[in-house]
Amino acid sequence: MKYIDEYRDAEGAARFAREIAKTVTRPWKIMEVCGGQTHAIIRFGIEELLPKEVALIHGPGCPVCVTPLELIDKAVELAGRPGVILCSFGDMLRVPGSRTDLLTVKANGGQVKVVYSPMNALDVARAHPDKEVVFFAVGFETTAPANAMAVFQAEREKLPNFSMLVSHVLVPPAMEAILSSPDNRVQGFLGAGHVCAVMGIEEYRPLAARYGVPIVVTGFEPIDILQGISMCVNQLEEGRAEVENQYSRSVRPEGNRNAVGLLREVFEVGSRKWRGIGEIPHSGLRLRDKYHDFDAERRFGLAGKSCAEPEECISGLVLQGIRKPFECTAFGTRCTPEHPLGAPMVSSEGACAAYYRYRGVLNSKQAK
Amino acid sequence: MTESNVRKPGKNGGPAMSAPACPAPILSHTAIQMAHGGGGRISRELVEKLFVPAFANPMLDELHDGAFLPMGGERLAFTTDSHVVTPLFFPGGDIGKLAVCGTVNDLAMCGARPLWLSAGFILEEGLPVETLERVVESMRIAAANAGVKLVTGDTKVVDRGKGDGLYINTSGIGRIEHDALVPSRVREGDAVLLSGDIARHGIAIMVLREGLEFEGEIESDCASLAAPVMALLEAGIDIHCLRDLTRGGLATALVEIAASAGVDICIEERITPVNETVRGACEILGLDPLYVANEGRFVAFLPGAQVERAMEILGRFEETAGACIIGRVERKEESGRGTVSLKSAIGVKRIIELLSGEQLPRIC
Repeated sequence: MKYIDEYRDAEGAARFAREIAKTVTRPWKIMEVCGGQTHAIIRFGIEELLPKEVALIHGPGCPVCVTPLELIDKAVELAGRPGVILCSFGDMLRVPGSRTDLLTVKANGGQVKVVYSPMNALDVARAHPDKEVVFFAVGFETTAPANAMAVFQAEREKLPNFSMLVSHVLVPPAMEAILSSPDNRVQGFLGAGHVCAVMGIEEYRPLAARYGVPIVVTGFEPIDILQGISMCVNQLEEGRAEVENQYSRSVRPEGNRNAVGLLREVFEVGSRKWRGIGEIPHSGLRLRDKYHDFDAERRFGLAGKSCAEPEECISGLVLQGIRKPFECTAFGTRCTPEHPLGAPMVSSEGACAAYYRYRGVLNSKQAK
Repeated sequence: MTESNVRKPGKNGGPAMSAPACPAPILSHTAIQMAHGGGGRISRELVEKLFVPAFANPMLDELHDGAFLPMGGERLAFTTDSHVVTPLFFPGGDIGKLAVCGTVNDLAMCGARPLWLSAGFILEEGLPVETLERVVESMRIAAANAGVKLVTGDTKVVDRGKGDGLYINTSGIGRIEHDALVPSRVREGDAVLLSGDIARHGIAIMVLREGLEFEGEIESDCASLAAPVMALLEAGIDIHCLRDLTRGGLATALVEIAASAGVDICIEERITPVNETVRGACEILGLDPLYVANEGRFVAFLPGAQVERAMEILGRFEETAGACIIGRVERKEESGRGTVSLKSAIGVKRIIELLSGEQLPRIC
């Protein structure tokens, strides 16, 4: 398959692995930001190819994982209300809120529908004018333009029964939060390729300069990731801290202007809470006043509700790369994909679930 | 995976011990979820913690696709399967063909020649008779092709809104003509033979159900496997273990066999066939084809020396024309805890586990 097979070639992978091994002279810690990259790293076993000096830290770029508990609770509450259809991407359904998850609400009669695009949720709203249709809008800059388009379209059609529960987060502020933490161990980043395909790469230059870290915008196939690591190691060894683009087949430096324009039309930047990490200033998107009629929190009076996270779960430390999933006392015992304590055990992109699924609990424990 | 997941039922206590004398819940959920039917760990928990203790007997405890029943000098295989697919018709098949082939295949996996089927129809008020006629005609053709007779049946009608048009249960009886094809016979060095490309059925249904559009139609692999399996057995191919791939896909079948047989199995991603369109759909939806449902594929474990002959036989049948070797049994595990590993496209091995429930499409 074009654009896939050539990036999953064993020889090519081995070549980049050799190059990294040849270049590296001392230990480096590199964080891949995006959950899609974490998934590929674990699925293809990329870490096995790396020299022991290069350690990968799995970052907070899984949208499912960083959605705060209270937003899940709000989604659960909405889905349980008579007359409401909650539309969501599939992997949000298993994420535990403080009491239950959306799959359980569905089993108990709540109307929860899996959609593949926010535009499907608009179709549901058009088809059920007697119901309130709420789309659970989670994700990074990648899903934001399509979600913006859904609201924009709903506004144009004056669709009265459509609204959005918004939990959008932004990558650069999260990277900055990690870099400015006193516990920070990250020395270089693989930037999230698809986020940059939308937003471009300019906003990363100040970060690289201010914190002295190389940022290599990277794709999602094994060869992309290995090449990204290689470029990052080169910079580290040479003492450079620049923004480079490994994923140039998808990412233009200026990003996708149409998508960004639509995103800015509908959303504005605001503070947002990240699960396990806490509130990060200017790290999220919320609907602009002009579109507040489509804000589900406002429509259903849900604003201001909050709740505490389970104490045993160290997902915040995992998401910041301070701990590995198997260093958690609950990993594989009190926390499993069937009964996750924290979100990284839920999504297939989540670091804990990826470790659990592809390495096996036994192997991870042995690695410890 | 926790230890209780790999332990075989029936060996760890017996039925009386599992009686619900303790107020603690037996299952980890208080209400049935879709995942209880998904073929993963949660399905397994339901079977092992609720059904097996309640009905425990040596034939059930085998937990094979069907039960082996000694009857005088003969040995019979007996199995049942319910079909609730929506939509009722899909590229490559329909609920009727599925209902016949599913049960026929379960019998074939027991090394049994399928003989007789029953069919129970649960019809929803308002179902067009023309729809039922099409389904019945499809069942007639599938049964004739598989050489089975439908000898008894039942019909019930439920109120409109209480069923998806039509559900079908089929049960089947077959005569075992060959040695049991059970995991305990799997040996170190056995070749892992896959009868064709994987993940067609699950993706065909998902594409149709969700109105997704891809270039090139994806057809379900729904087919009866009795003829090629019988041909292998009649030719004297010493199949050690045979399993059809259903809900949980190739990965689930292999993990279950590895666990029951106590062997380590290694397969290679690069040589495990997936149709290009199916693969594209899986990439877009974030699904792993190893865990996607199939309805006309099996894996067979057999001695390496017999591979060539087996492939030649399977090549004669349309439904197994794409058969290939995808890996081998690396070793017998002294601990009895077998695992499955996959050599990824870039040549690195990783362990494959059972999924918890259904695979959910990923966000981005």
